[in-house]
Amino acid sequence: MLPTLLIGTRKGAFQLQADAARETWAIHGPAMLGNIINHVVQDPRDRRTVLMAAKTGHLGPTVFRSSDCGRTWKEAARPPAFPKASDGETAEVVDHVFSLAPGHASEPGVWYAGTSPQALFRSEDGGDTWESLAGFNNHPQRRAWIGDPADAPPDGARLHSILIDPRDPAHMYIGMSLGGVFESTTTGADWMPLNRGCAADYIPTPEPEYGHDPHCVRLHPRQPDRLYQQNHCGIYRMDRADGKWVRIGDNMPREVGDIGFPMVVHPRDPETAWVFPMDGTTVWPRTSPDGKPAVYATRDGGSSWRRQDRGLPPEQGWFTVFRQAMTADSADPAGLYFGTTGGDVWASRDEGENWTCAARYLPRILSIEVAEFD
Amino acid sequence: MKVYVPGPLRSYTGNSAVVEAEGATLEGLLEALDRTCPGIRFRMIDEQDGIRPHIRFFVNTEPAPRLDTPLGSGDEVHIICALSGG
Repeated sequence: MLPTLLIGTRKGAFQLQADAARETWAIHGPAMLGNIINHVVQDPRDRRTVLMAAKTGHLGPTVFRSSDCGRTWKEAARPPAFPKASDGETAEVVDHVFSLAPGHASEPGVWYAGTSPQALFRSEDGGDTWESLAGFNNHPQRRAWIGDPADAPPDGARLHSILIDPRDPAHMYIGMSLGGVFESTTTGADWMPLNRGCAADYIPTPEPEYGHDPHCVRLHPRQPDRLYQQNHCGIYRMDRADGKWVRIGDNMPREVGDIGFPMVVHPRDPETAWVFPMDGTTVWPRTSPDGKPAVYATRDGGSSWRRQDRGLPPEQGWFTVFRQAMTADSADPAGLYFGTTGGDVWASRDEGENWTCAARYLPRILSIEVAEFD
Repeated sequence: MKVYVPGPLRSYTGNSAVVEAEGATLEGLLEALDRTCPGIRFRMIDEQDGIRPHIRFFVNTEPAPRLDTPLGSGDEVHIICALSGG
Protein backbone atom coordinates (compact mmCIF):
# COMPACT_ATOMS: atom_id res chain seq x y z
CA MET A 1 0.00 0.00 0.00
CA LEU A 2 1.41 3.39 -0.97
CA PRO A 3 1.96 5.86 1.84
CA THR A 4 0.45 9.33 1.79
CA LEU A 5 1.92 11.95 4.08
CA LEU A 6 -0.64 14.11 5.89
CA ILE A 7 1.09 17.40 6.59
CA GLY A 8 -0.15 20.06 8.99
CA THR A 9 1.40 23.50 8.58
CA ARG A 10 1.09 27.01 9.96
CA LYS A 11 -0.96 27.93 6.89
CA GLY A 12 -2.99 24.89 5.92
CA ALA A 13 -2.83 21.15 5.25
CA PHE A 14 -1.12 19.31 2.41
CA GLN A 15 -0.84 15.73 1.23
CA LEU A 16 2.20 14.11 -0.38
CA GLN A 17 1.42 10.95 -2.29
CA ALA A 18 4.19 8.45 -3.00
CA ASP A 19 4.80 6.47 -6.16
CA ALA A 20 5.30 2.71 -5.87
CA ALA A 21 9.02 3.08 -5.18
CA ARG A 22 8.51 5.94 -2.68
CA GLU A 23 10.93 7.91 -4.88
CA THR A 24 8.74 10.71 -6.18
CA TRP A 25 5.97 12.52 -4.38
CA ALA A 26 2.91 14.31 -5.75
CA ILE A 27 1.71 17.22 -3.69
CA HIS A 28 -1.97 18.03 -3.15
CA GLY A 29 -3.40 21.03 -1.35
CA PRO A 30 -3.53 23.23 0.49
CA ALA A 31 -6.70 22.44 2.36
CA MET A 32 -7.93 25.05 4.84
CA LEU A 33 -5.43 27.61 3.55
CA GLY A 34 -4.53 30.11 6.25
CA ASN A 35 -5.59 27.92 9.16
CA ILE A 36 -3.06 26.71 11.72
CA ILE A 37 -3.22 22.93 11.27
CA ASN A 38 -1.64 21.25 14.27
CA HIS A 39 -2.36 17.65 13.33
CA VAL A 40 -3.92 15.59 10.54
CA VAL A 41 -4.55 11.91 11.27
CA GLN A 42 -6.09 9.01 9.35
CA ASP A 43 -8.44 6.56 11.02
CA PRO A 44 -6.64 3.23 10.54
CA ARG A 45 -9.87 1.36 11.29
CA ASP A 46 -11.73 2.45 8.15
CA ARG A 47 -8.84 3.99 6.14
CA ARG A 48 -11.17 6.71 4.80
CA THR A 49 -11.80 9.05 7.72
CA VAL A 50 -9.26 11.79 8.39
CA LEU A 51 -9.41 14.31 11.24
CA MET A 52 -7.71 17.69 11.31
CA ALA A 53 -7.05 19.96 14.31
CA ALA A 54 -7.42 23.57 13.17
CA LYS A 55 -7.39 27.12 14.39
CA THR A 56 -6.88 30.51 12.84
CA GLY A 57 -5.21 33.44 14.50
CA HIS A 58 -8.57 35.11 15.09
CA LEU A 59 -11.08 32.34 15.60
CA GLY A 60 -11.59 29.63 18.16
CA PRO A 61 -10.27 26.08 17.81
CA THR A 62 -12.06 23.37 15.91
CA VAL A 63 -11.78 19.95 14.30
CA PHE A 64 -12.53 19.19 10.68
CA ARG A 65 -13.52 15.73 9.44
CA SER A 66 -13.18 14.08 6.08
CA SER A 67 -14.85 10.80 5.16
CA ASP A 68 -13.28 10.65 1.70
CA CYS A 69 -9.54 10.45 2.44
CA GLY A 70 -9.11 14.21 2.79
CA ARG A 71 -10.77 15.36 -0.44
CA THR A 72 -13.62 17.22 1.29
CA TRP A 73 -13.96 18.49 4.87
CA LYS A 74 -16.80 19.18 7.29
CA GLU A 75 -16.49 20.86 10.67
CA ALA A 76 -17.21 18.86 13.83
CA ALA A 77 -20.69 19.61 15.18
CA ARG A 78 -19.29 20.01 18.70
CA PRO A 79 -15.50 20.59 18.84
CA PRO A 80 -13.50 19.88 22.02
CA ALA A 81 -14.50 22.37 24.74
CA PHE A 82 -14.57 22.41 28.52
CA PRO A 83 -17.96 22.28 30.26
CA LYS A 84 -19.38 25.63 31.32
CA ALA A 85 -17.94 26.45 34.75
CA SER A 86 -20.27 26.81 37.70
CA ASP A 87 -19.91 29.68 40.14
CA GLY A 88 -16.66 29.29 42.05
CA GLU A 89 -15.14 26.87 39.54
CA THR A 90 -12.14 27.78 37.43
CA ALA A 91 -13.37 28.61 33.96
CA GLU A 92 -11.12 26.93 31.41
CA VAL A 93 -11.07 27.55 27.67
CA VAL A 94 -9.51 25.35 24.99
CA ASP A 95 -6.99 27.50 23.17
CA HIS A 96 -6.17 24.92 20.53
CA VAL A 97 -6.48 21.25 19.77
CA PHE A 98 -2.93 20.02 19.39
CA SER A 99 -3.02 16.27 18.99
CA LEU A 100 -5.50 13.71 17.66
CA ALA A 101 -5.40 9.96 18.28
CA PRO A 102 -7.71 7.21 17.04
CA GLY A 103 -9.01 4.94 19.78
CA HIS A 104 -8.45 1.20 20.09
CA ALA A 105 -9.05 -1.07 17.08
CA SER A 106 -12.01 -2.63 18.93
CA GLU A 107 -13.69 0.76 19.39
CA PRO A 108 -14.55 2.12 15.94
CA GLY A 109 -15.51 5.78 16.06
CA VAL A 110 -13.61 6.49 19.27
CA TRP A 111 -11.03 9.29 19.08
CA TYR A 112 -9.05 11.25 21.64
CA ALA A 113 -7.85 14.85 21.41
CA GLY A 114 -5.17 16.58 23.45
CA THR A 115 -5.35 20.32 23.87
CA SER A 116 -3.72 23.44 25.20
CA PRO A 117 -4.13 23.94 28.10
CA GLN A 118 -3.37 20.32 28.91
CA ALA A 119 -6.65 18.43 28.77
CA LEU A 120 -8.09 15.33 27.18
CA PHE A 121 -11.28 14.99 25.14
CA ARG A 122 -13.03 11.94 23.71
CA SER A 123 -15.34 11.39 20.77
CA GLU A 124 -17.42 8.28 20.19
CA ASP A 125 -18.83 9.26 16.81
CA GLY A 126 -15.77 9.55 14.63
CA GLY A 127 -14.83 13.03 15.79
CA ASP A 128 -18.14 14.80 15.13
CA THR A 129 -18.93 15.56 18.79
CA TRP A 130 -16.46 15.70 21.68
CA GLU A 131 -16.79 15.41 25.44
CA SER A 132 -14.41 16.47 28.17
CA LEU A 133 -12.77 13.35 29.63
CA ALA A 134 -13.69 14.08 33.22
CA GLY A 135 -11.44 11.39 34.69
CA PHE A 136 -8.47 13.49 33.67
CA ASN A 137 -9.80 17.03 33.22
CA ASN A 138 -11.57 17.00 36.60
CA HIS A 139 -8.95 14.94 38.42
CA PRO A 140 -8.28 16.52 41.82
CA GLN A 141 -4.54 16.50 41.10
CA ARG A 142 -4.68 17.81 37.52
CA ARG A 143 -4.08 21.44 38.51
CA ALA A 144 -0.90 20.44 40.28
CA TRP A 145 0.16 18.15 37.45
CA ILE A 146 -0.18 20.70 34.64
CA GLY A 147 1.34 23.63 36.53
CA ASP A 148 0.56 27.30 36.45
CA PRO A 149 -0.67 28.55 33.04
CA ALA A 150 1.52 31.60 33.61
CA ASP A 151 4.56 29.31 33.33
CA ALA A 152 3.48 27.89 29.98
CA PRO A 153 5.65 28.41 26.87
CA PRO A 154 4.59 31.16 24.42
CA ASP A 155 2.51 28.82 22.26
CA GLY A 156 0.87 27.23 25.29
CA ALA A 157 1.40 24.06 27.30
CA ARG A 158 0.05 20.98 25.58
CA LEU A 159 -1.18 17.48 26.01
CA HIS A 160 0.60 16.04 22.97
CA SER A 161 1.04 12.26 23.21
CA ILE A 162 -1.96 9.95 23.51
CA LEU A 163 -1.04 6.27 23.41
CA ILE A 164 -3.50 3.38 23.50
CA ASP A 165 -2.27 -0.10 24.41
CA PRO A 166 -3.14 -2.27 21.38
CA ARG A 167 -3.88 -5.17 23.79
CA ASP A 168 -6.31 -3.26 26.01
CA PRO A 169 -8.44 -0.18 25.21
CA ALA A 170 -8.60 0.71 28.90
CA HIS A 171 -4.81 1.07 29.15
CA MET A 172 -3.57 4.48 28.04
CA TYR A 173 -0.62 6.81 28.42
CA ILE A 174 -0.50 10.56 27.89
CA GLY A 175 2.42 12.97 27.67
CA MET A 176 2.15 16.61 28.62
CA SER A 177 4.58 19.43 28.07
CA LEU A 178 4.47 20.58 30.80
CA GLY A 179 3.37 17.92 33.30
CA GLY A 180 4.99 14.59 32.48
CA VAL A 181 3.86 11.12 31.45
CA PHE A 182 0.71 9.66 33.03
CA GLU A 183 -0.92 6.25 32.82
CA SER A 184 -4.50 5.06 33.09
CA THR A 185 -5.76 1.48 33.24
CA THR A 186 -9.40 2.56 33.45
CA THR A 187 -10.11 4.14 30.05
CA GLY A 188 -9.11 7.47 31.48
CA ALA A 189 -11.23 7.34 34.63
CA ASP A 190 -8.13 7.67 36.81
CA TRP A 191 -4.47 8.51 36.21
CA MET A 192 -1.09 8.03 37.85
CA PRO A 193 2.20 9.84 37.15
CA LEU A 194 4.82 7.70 35.39
CA ASN A 195 7.98 9.75 35.58
CA ARG A 196 10.35 7.84 37.83
CA GLY A 197 13.91 8.00 36.56
CA CYS A 198 13.24 10.97 34.29
CA ALA A 199 15.15 14.18 34.91
CA ALA A 200 13.49 17.55 35.45
CA ASP A 201 16.58 19.71 35.80
CA TYR A 202 14.60 22.94 36.08
CA ILE A 203 12.80 21.81 39.27
CA PRO A 204 14.84 22.11 42.47
CA THR A 205 13.01 19.13 44.04
CA PRO A 206 15.02 15.93 43.62
CA GLU A 207 13.11 13.29 41.66
CA PRO A 208 9.73 15.05 41.49
CA GLU A 209 6.69 12.86 40.87
CA TYR A 210 5.38 15.17 38.11
CA GLY A 211 6.18 18.47 36.44
CA HIS A 212 8.40 16.83 33.80
CA ASP A 213 8.61 17.94 30.20
CA PRO A 214 8.25 15.08 27.73
CA HIS A 215 8.38 16.46 24.20
CA CYS A 216 7.20 13.28 22.50
CA VAL A 217 6.29 9.85 23.90
CA ARG A 218 5.94 6.70 21.77
CA LEU A 219 4.79 3.16 22.47
CA HIS A 220 6.02 0.29 20.34
CA PRO A 221 3.05 -1.26 18.50
CA ARG A 222 4.45 -4.82 18.57
CA GLN A 223 5.82 -4.64 22.10
CA PRO A 224 3.47 -2.24 23.92
CA ASP A 225 5.36 -2.45 27.20
CA ARG A 226 8.30 -0.71 25.51
CA LEU A 227 8.03 3.10 25.70
CA TYR A 228 10.38 5.75 24.38
CA GLN A 229 10.37 9.46 25.01
CA GLN A 230 12.26 12.49 23.83
CA ASN A 231 12.19 14.80 26.82
CA HIS A 232 13.30 18.36 27.47
CA CYS A 233 15.94 16.67 29.65
CA GLY A 234 17.12 13.85 27.43
CA ILE A 235 16.09 10.67 25.62
CA TYR A 236 14.56 7.81 27.64
CA ARG A 237 13.30 4.25 27.33
CA MET A 238 11.03 2.41 29.71
CA ASP A 239 10.15 -1.25 29.87
CA ARG A 240 6.89 -0.96 31.74
CA ALA A 241 7.57 -3.81 34.17
CA ASP A 242 10.62 -1.87 35.40
CA GLY A 243 8.48 1.23 36.01
CA LYS A 244 11.52 3.47 35.55
CA TRP A 245 12.80 5.60 32.68
CA VAL A 246 16.38 4.93 31.62
CA ARG A 247 18.30 7.81 30.05
CA ILE A 248 19.47 6.22 26.79
CA GLY A 249 20.41 9.69 25.56
CA ASP A 250 23.54 9.40 27.68
CA ASN A 251 24.84 7.18 24.87
CA MET A 252 24.50 9.94 22.27
CA PRO A 253 27.68 11.74 21.14
CA ARG A 254 28.42 14.36 23.77
CA GLU A 255 28.92 17.14 21.20
CA VAL A 256 25.41 16.50 19.82
CA GLY A 257 23.62 15.95 23.11
CA ASP A 258 20.23 14.32 23.61
CA ILE A 259 17.82 17.21 23.33
CA GLY A 260 15.17 17.34 20.60
CA PHE A 261 11.45 17.34 19.93
CA PRO A 262 10.41 14.18 18.00
CA MET A 263 10.84 10.48 18.73
CA VAL A 264 9.99 7.75 16.22
CA VAL A 265 9.76 4.00 16.72
CA HIS A 266 10.27 1.30 14.09
CA PRO A 267 7.04 -0.31 12.85
CA ARG A 268 8.27 -3.84 13.74
CA ASP A 269 11.54 -3.78 15.70
CA PRO A 270 11.18 -2.52 19.29
CA GLU A 271 14.95 -2.04 19.56
CA THR A 272 15.00 0.54 16.74
CA ALA A 273 14.10 4.20 17.21
CA TRP A 274 15.06 7.56 15.75
CA VAL A 275 15.49 11.08 17.10
CA PHE A 276 16.30 14.44 15.54
CA PRO A 277 18.66 16.24 17.92
CA MET A 278 18.59 20.00 18.37
CA ASP A 279 20.78 22.49 20.17
CA GLY A 280 19.67 22.62 23.79
CA THR A 281 22.66 24.52 25.09
CA THR A 282 22.97 28.10 26.38
CA VAL A 283 19.75 29.90 25.41
CA TRP A 284 18.31 26.85 23.64
CA PRO A 285 18.55 27.78 19.94
CA ARG A 286 16.50 24.63 19.13
CA THR A 287 18.19 24.32 15.72
CA SER A 288 20.28 21.43 14.42
CA PRO A 289 23.51 21.36 16.46
CA ASP A 290 26.20 23.41 14.69
CA GLY A 291 23.82 23.90 11.73
CA LYS A 292 24.43 20.30 10.59
CA PRO A 293 21.09 18.48 10.61
CA ALA A 294 21.08 14.75 11.21
CA VAL A 295 18.85 11.93 12.35
CA TYR A 296 20.24 9.56 14.97
CA ALA A 297 19.17 5.93 15.00
CA THR A 298 19.49 3.25 17.62
CA ARG A 299 19.19 -0.45 16.76
CA ASP A 300 19.75 -1.73 20.28
CA GLY A 301 17.18 0.03 22.41
CA GLY A 302 19.37 3.07 22.98
CA SER A 303 22.66 1.44 23.99
CA SER A 304 24.27 3.02 20.94
CA TRP A 305 23.34 5.62 18.33
CA ARG A 306 24.43 6.15 14.74
CA ARG A 307 24.34 9.41 12.77
CA GLN A 308 22.25 9.37 9.56
CA ASP A 309 22.79 12.50 7.47
CA ARG A 310 23.45 11.30 3.91
CA GLY A 311 21.59 13.68 1.59
CA LEU A 312 20.79 16.26 4.27
CA PRO A 313 22.42 19.71 4.14
CA PRO A 314 26.05 19.21 5.27
CA GLU A 315 26.20 22.64 6.88
CA GLN A 316 24.24 25.89 7.36
CA GLY A 317 21.03 23.95 7.96
CA TRP A 318 19.40 25.77 10.84
CA PHE A 319 15.90 24.37 10.87
CA THR A 320 13.96 22.72 13.65
CA VAL A 321 11.79 19.60 13.51
CA PHE A 322 8.77 19.85 15.79
CA ARG A 323 7.50 17.04 18.02
CA GLN A 324 4.70 15.89 15.68
CA ALA A 325 6.68 16.46 12.48
CA MET A 326 8.59 13.16 12.20
CA THR A 327 7.21 9.69 11.56
CA ALA A 328 7.72 6.31 9.89
CA ASP A 329 5.62 4.24 7.52
CA SER A 330 5.00 0.49 7.84
CA ALA A 331 6.87 -0.65 4.71
CA ASP A 332 9.91 -2.92 4.72
CA PRO A 333 12.37 -1.29 4.83
CA ALA A 334 10.51 1.41 6.73
CA GLY A 335 10.21 4.88 5.25
CA LEU A 336 11.13 7.74 7.52
CA TYR A 337 9.88 11.30 7.11
CA PHE A 338 10.31 14.68 8.75
CA GLY A 339 9.14 18.22 8.07
CA THR A 340 11.03 21.37 9.00
CA THR A 341 10.26 24.81 10.28
CA GLY A 342 11.54 26.01 6.88
CA GLY A 343 8.76 24.13 5.09
CA ASP A 344 10.76 21.25 3.60
CA VAL A 345 9.74 17.59 3.78
CA TRP A 346 12.60 15.08 3.87
CA ALA A 347 12.06 11.40 3.08
CA SER A 348 14.11 8.24 3.46
CA ARG A 349 12.96 4.92 2.02
CA ASP A 350 15.74 2.93 3.67
CA GLU A 351 15.24 3.58 7.38
CA GLY A 352 17.26 6.79 7.45
CA GLU A 353 20.35 5.73 5.49
CA ASN A 354 19.68 8.14 2.59
CA TRP A 355 17.56 11.27 2.51
CA THR A 356 15.92 13.22 -0.31
CA CYS A 357 13.80 16.34 -0.19
CA ALA A 358 10.23 15.38 -1.10
CA ALA A 359 8.76 18.91 -0.99
CA ARG A 360 10.08 22.43 -0.53
CA TYR A 361 8.67 25.85 0.23
CA LEU A 362 5.68 24.77 2.29
CA PRO A 363 4.71 26.87 5.30
CA ARG A 364 6.27 26.01 8.67
CA ILE A 365 5.54 22.32 9.21
CA LEU A 366 3.82 21.39 12.47
CA SER A 367 3.04 17.73 11.90
CA ILE A 368 3.48 14.77 9.56
CA GLU A 369 1.58 11.51 9.76
CA VAL A 370 1.50 8.57 7.37
CA ALA A 371 -1.82 7.46 5.91
CA GLU A 372 -2.43 4.32 3.87
CA PHE A 373 -5.60 4.79 1.83
CA ASP A 374 -7.30 1.91 0.03
CA MET B 1 -31.48 43.01 11.35
CA LYS B 2 -28.34 43.11 9.26
CA VAL B 3 -25.21 41.36 10.53
CA TYR B 4 -21.93 42.23 8.80
CA VAL B 5 -19.63 39.18 8.69
CA PRO B 6 -15.83 39.44 8.28
CA GLY B 7 -13.90 37.35 5.76
CA PRO B 8 -12.62 34.66 8.16
CA LEU B 9 -16.21 33.74 9.10
CA ARG B 10 -17.80 33.76 5.66
CA SER B 11 -17.22 30.03 5.19
CA TYR B 12 -20.18 29.74 7.59
CA THR B 13 -22.45 32.15 5.68
CA GLY B 14 -22.10 30.77 2.17
CA ASN B 15 -19.57 33.54 1.53
CA SER B 16 -22.12 36.26 2.30
CA ALA B 17 -20.73 39.45 3.83
CA VAL B 18 -24.13 40.46 5.19
CA VAL B 19 -26.76 38.13 6.65
CA GLU B 20 -30.08 38.63 8.40
CA ALA B 21 -30.65 37.46 11.99
CA GLU B 22 -32.82 38.51 14.92
CA GLY B 23 -32.28 38.77 18.67
CA ALA B 24 -33.21 40.96 21.62
CA THR B 25 -29.58 40.90 22.79
CA LEU B 26 -26.24 40.25 21.16
CA GLU B 27 -26.28 36.77 22.75
CA GLY B 28 -29.73 36.06 21.29
CA LEU B 29 -28.59 37.24 17.89
CA LEU B 30 -25.51 34.99 17.96
CA GLU B 31 -27.63 31.99 18.97
CA ALA B 32 -30.01 32.70 16.08
CA LEU B 33 -27.04 33.09 13.76
CA ASP B 34 -25.63 29.74 14.92
CA ARG B 35 -28.90 28.02 14.05
CA THR B 36 -28.64 29.15 10.43
CA CYS B 37 -24.83 28.99 10.27
CA PRO B 38 -23.90 26.03 12.53
CA GLY B 39 -20.56 26.38 14.28
CA ILE B 40 -20.08 30.11 13.75
CA ARG B 41 -20.74 31.09 17.38
CA PHE B 42 -18.01 28.88 18.86
CA ARG B 43 -15.40 30.44 16.61
CA MET B 44 -16.25 33.85 18.20
CA ILE B 45 -17.42 32.92 21.72
CA ASP B 46 -15.61 30.44 23.93
CA GLU B 47 -17.18 27.71 26.06
CA GLN B 48 -17.33 30.04 29.09
CA ASP B 49 -19.30 32.61 27.05
CA GLY B 50 -16.30 34.89 26.71
CA ILE B 51 -15.75 36.87 23.53
CA ARG B 52 -12.55 35.50 21.98
CA PRO B 53 -9.52 37.81 22.17
CA HIS B 54 -9.43 38.89 18.52
CA ILE B 55 -13.17 39.35 18.06
CA ARG B 56 -15.08 42.61 18.55
CA PHE B 57 -18.76 43.45 18.12
CA PHE B 58 -20.20 46.83 17.23
CA VAL B 59 -23.88 47.75 17.33
CA ASN B 60 -24.22 50.40 14.67
CA THR B 61 -21.14 52.52 15.43
CA GLU B 62 -20.75 51.72 19.14
CA PRO B 63 -18.56 48.95 20.61
CA ALA B 64 -20.57 46.14 22.26
CA PRO B 65 -18.18 44.34 24.63
CA ARG B 66 -20.92 42.38 26.46
CA LEU B 67 -23.18 39.62 25.19
CA ASP B 68 -26.16 41.09 27.07
CA THR B 69 -26.01 44.27 24.99
CA PRO B 70 -29.66 44.98 24.01
CA LEU B 71 -30.57 45.19 20.34
CA GLY B 72 -33.40 47.04 18.61
CA SER B 73 -35.11 46.15 15.38
CA GLY B 74 -33.36 48.85 13.37
CA ASP B 75 -29.86 48.07 14.60
CA GLU B 76 -27.00 46.73 12.53
CA VAL B 77 -24.39 44.45 14.06
CA HIS B 78 -20.80 44.42 12.85
CA ILE B 79 -18.48 41.50 13.66
CA ILE B 80 -14.85 42.58 13.54
CA CYS B 81 -11.75 40.37 13.43
CA ALA B 82 -8.59 42.02 14.68
CA LEU B 83 -6.02 42.80 12.00
CA SER B 84 -3.05 40.90 13.36
CA GLY B 85 -0.88 37.89 12.74
CA GLY B 86 1.71 36.86 10.22
